[in-house]
Amino acid sequence: MKILVCVTSVPDTTAKISFTDGDTKFNKAGVTYITGPYDDYALSRAVELKEQHGGTVTVLNVGEADAEPVIRKCLAIGADDAIRVNCEATDSYFVATQIANIAAQEKYDLILMGRESIDFNSGVVHGLVAELLGIPSLSPVMKLDIEGSTAKITREIEGGKENLEASLPLVLGCQEPIAEWKIPNMRGIMTARTKPLKVIEPVGEGLTSTDKYELPAPKGACKMILAENAEELITLLKTEAKVL
Amino acid sequence: MTITANKASIKGGEFLIKDIDASQIFTPEDFTEEQQMIAQTCLDFLRTEVHPRLDEIDYAKNTDLMVELMDKAGELGLLGTAIPEEYGGFGMNFNTSMLVAEACGGGHSFSVALSAHTGIGTLPILYYGNEEQKAKYLPRLASGEWKAAYCLTEPDAGSDANSGKTKAVLSEDGKHYIINGQKMWITNGGFADLFIVFAKIDADKSLTAFIVEKDFGGITMNEEERKMGIKGSSTRQIFFNDCKVPVENQLYTREGGFKIAVNILNIGRIKLASAVVGASKGIIGKAVNYANERKQFGTSISNFGAIKHKIAEMNVKVFASESACYRAGQNIDDAIEDLLASGVESSQAKLKGVEQFAIECAMLKVHGSEILDFIVDEGVQIYGGMGFSAEAPMDRAYRDSRINRIFEGTNEINRLLSVGTVVKRAMKGEINLMPAAMEVGKEIMAIPDFSISDEEGIFVAEKKVIKNMKKAILMVAGAALQKFMMKFEQEQEIIMNLADMMIELYVAESTLLRVEKLITVRGEAACALQKDAALIYLHSAVEKTNNAGKSAITSFAEGDELRVMLMGLKRFTKIEPMNLKDARRRIAEVSIEKNSYAF
Ligand SMILES: Cc1cc2nc3c(=O)[nH]c(=O)nc-3n(C[C@H](O)[C@H](O)[C@H](O)COP(=O)(O)OP(=O)(O)OC[C@H]3O[C@@H](n4cnc5c(N)ncnc54)[C@H](O)[C@@H]3O)c2cc1C
Repeated sequence: MKILVCVTSVPDTTAKISFTDGDTKFNKAGVTYITGPYDDYALSRAVELKEQHGGTVTVLNVGEADAEPVIRKCLAIGADDAIRVNCEATDSYFVATQIANIAAQEKYDLILMGRESIDFNSGVVHGLVAELLGIPSLSPVMKLDIEGSTAKITREIEGGKENLEASLPLVLGCQEPIAEWKIPNMRGIMTARTKPLKVIEPVGEGLTSTDKYELPAPKGACKMILAENAEELITLLKTEAKVL
Repeated sequence: MTITANKASIKGGEFLIKDIDASQIFTPEDFTEEQQMIAQTCLDFLRTEVHPRLDEIDYAKNTDLMVELMDKAGELGLLGTAIPEEYGGFGMNFNTSMLVAEACGGGHSFSVALSAHTGIGTLPILYYGNEEQKAKYLPRLASGEWKAAYCLTEPDAGSDANSGKTKAVLSEDGKHYIINGQKMWITNGGFADLFIVFAKIDADKSLTAFIVEKDFGGITMNEEERKMGIKGSSTRQIFFNDCKVPVENQLYTREGGFKIAVNILNIGRIKLASAVVGASKGIIGKAVNYANERKQFGTSISNFGAIKHKIAEMNVKVFASESACYRAGQNIDDAIEDLLASGVESSQAKLKGVEQFAIECAMLKVHGSEILDFIVDEGVQIYGGMGFSAEAPMDRAYRDSRINRIFEGTNEINRLLSVGTVVKRAMKGEINLMPAAMEVGKEIMAIPDFSISDEEGIFVAEKKVIKNMKKAILMVAGAALQKFMMKFEQEQEIIMNLADMMIELYVAESTLLRVEKLITVRGEAACALQKDAALIYLHSAVEKTNNAGKSAITSFAEGDELRVMLMGLKRFTKIEPMNLKDARRRIAEVSIEKNSYAF
């Protein structure tokens, strides 16, 4: 089985978010980057499936050179090789185009990625890739088993779960508990440096550019008002919060 | 990564008399991506497997959970980092194994179990085992299939380890040693499959080491010790009653055991120093987080200057200790490389490399363990009443920290050792101490040099301060040695003072050099905070040097000699005052903002 896992390199969840260049660029200074948490689960499941069924796992990142530590960590976790499309991941369509371009040449049985990245959280790349390749896509996938050329999938739906089957090839957006979260072991880390990491140039150009980022307004202090003073609350909502 | 220039020109203890160039030292910022990934694996392991189960570990009725965690650590390869690949390990260099110790250091009882296994449990075989012994035991220890313990201490032989009474007698057929005796405080005792046991053969004066498998028979144990801290770490008294050990399991030479003990402890000490750095960073994170969340008088307590002072001091001390650890770690690696290059066999090279830096190992152990105790104490204080609550994390941190000043040689023994080794090497002419001390002796009799240096560069004034701190040590040590001669050893109070002066010098210098190196790489603007840390540390180091120096001098000099030396000390501990409060605030602000260790 040939599996492609698409991963993002995203700021650590505790990172302090700020911008530079007139609020048009994210300020990377002092920020630690991690593998997108959902992508991490997708990769873990890919490695487990490889252990069960044999085959190869390729990691793909659309991003700049500073994403390579995250890519090498994926190799340490158990991917066999990696591809980095050397460009800024400007928008979902552009990223999906890059992925589809590679997938079209390589004929993967499974293309896995997180249900969404945790930086821009669009959650549409899997759908776009599938559309571009003309194959089905499903998300968010919480459970995935392969029998022959059939995937048995459990998907989260509003208020419940859906169990379904689909034929390979597929594009899947994944989330926990699809696999056990993996920590790279020493052997993996030591072998990561010997695994191929191919850098290729992108096709086409991004369709969007960022005019300005804005942070949400800081949270105000919380005022507690006793239940018996409901009138005071009304006054405050009118005079201070100005929402009434 | 920046290049560490001019490697291996430094010998252990030479920091006392030599100026070191910043480009020559290794700093934690020099770790490669791969080394950082290794450290992250350790941190992730603690975060996911150990931290959620700390209570369970401490109050476990048996050792099953600890064994399970050790097994998992083994699966990740954490037990084999220092073991060569041909014996199932990963053959990482010394500084990487220090980094692993740091990253694994915040796991409380688990960290103790792990370091006892990988350190004192495994290393005697790695460094002193013959080929068969290494091939037989190391792969099992590297994978964690077998767990190891180290049995040196006895009820009547603690610091005086060589006075042990455990006996080994050759069996009539000459095939076995029969071991009889009692060992005490044996970490991992409750679940170990293999014990490194120190005993005296027949009427020998000195110890011999043996590799003892649990299944050899004749091994019984008392219940788990009830302890102040690291309650989840198994600690047993172990009895050997006619324990039959095959002669081929004698480790190294007859009466070579004490040498093993001493050399393995050198490694244990410096690794303990990096482990407590790891523990300290975690505790700072918790304390700062609490200070941010806890509100009194309508504001986070982290907004109070008194709390900021604590937060800054905690950060500075760890930054400093860390700087010294990896500087020494790299010196050890370089010394090993040199020895290997000159044809010395691998195990021997590693041992000799560490032995060369025995002084630094002992000093760093003292410094690190005392820093951690400072940090947990302030941690409790920042938590206020909750610091005293067994429901909050500072309780465990406070109790677990304390053992570090006791095991791997008490801090008194390590202070004695660091000064004692300097003196011994000076006597042998390995460190050119006496000529340097005589120079200083002359200098204090002469008119002080008030000239202002027109040298330019980073930390010109501060480097002069460091130079002077060295002179202060040389002055006190030189005079005390001259005064007491062969009886110097009995003047432990003075030796303690000198040890403190040496420690402060080494750590302050390491911190300054680290920041200087950082500035040359990143530019001054990007290193403002690190510079604050180096200067804050330097100021306190100078003050401690002055105090320790004074108490040493006044305890043996009189009259004119006393006056001259006190004047000299004053001169050698002069430092331009600066606004340390503001510097501390700057560091605290960053730590508070990051809600973690500041650097
Ligand atoms: C939790 C725990 C785990 C341990 N694990 C192990 C283990 O796995 N294997 C093992 O072999 N040992 C182990 N030990 C033993 C430990 O190494 C010793 O406790 C330590 O070396 C001190 O010995 P002692 O307890 O006999 O104290 P003592 O030697 O009696 O010391 C008591 C006090 O006297 C001071 N003192 C002693 N001699 C001198 C001197 N010459 N000059 C000045 N002061 C002196 C000491 O510094 C100390 O303050 C462990 C101990 C504990 C508590």
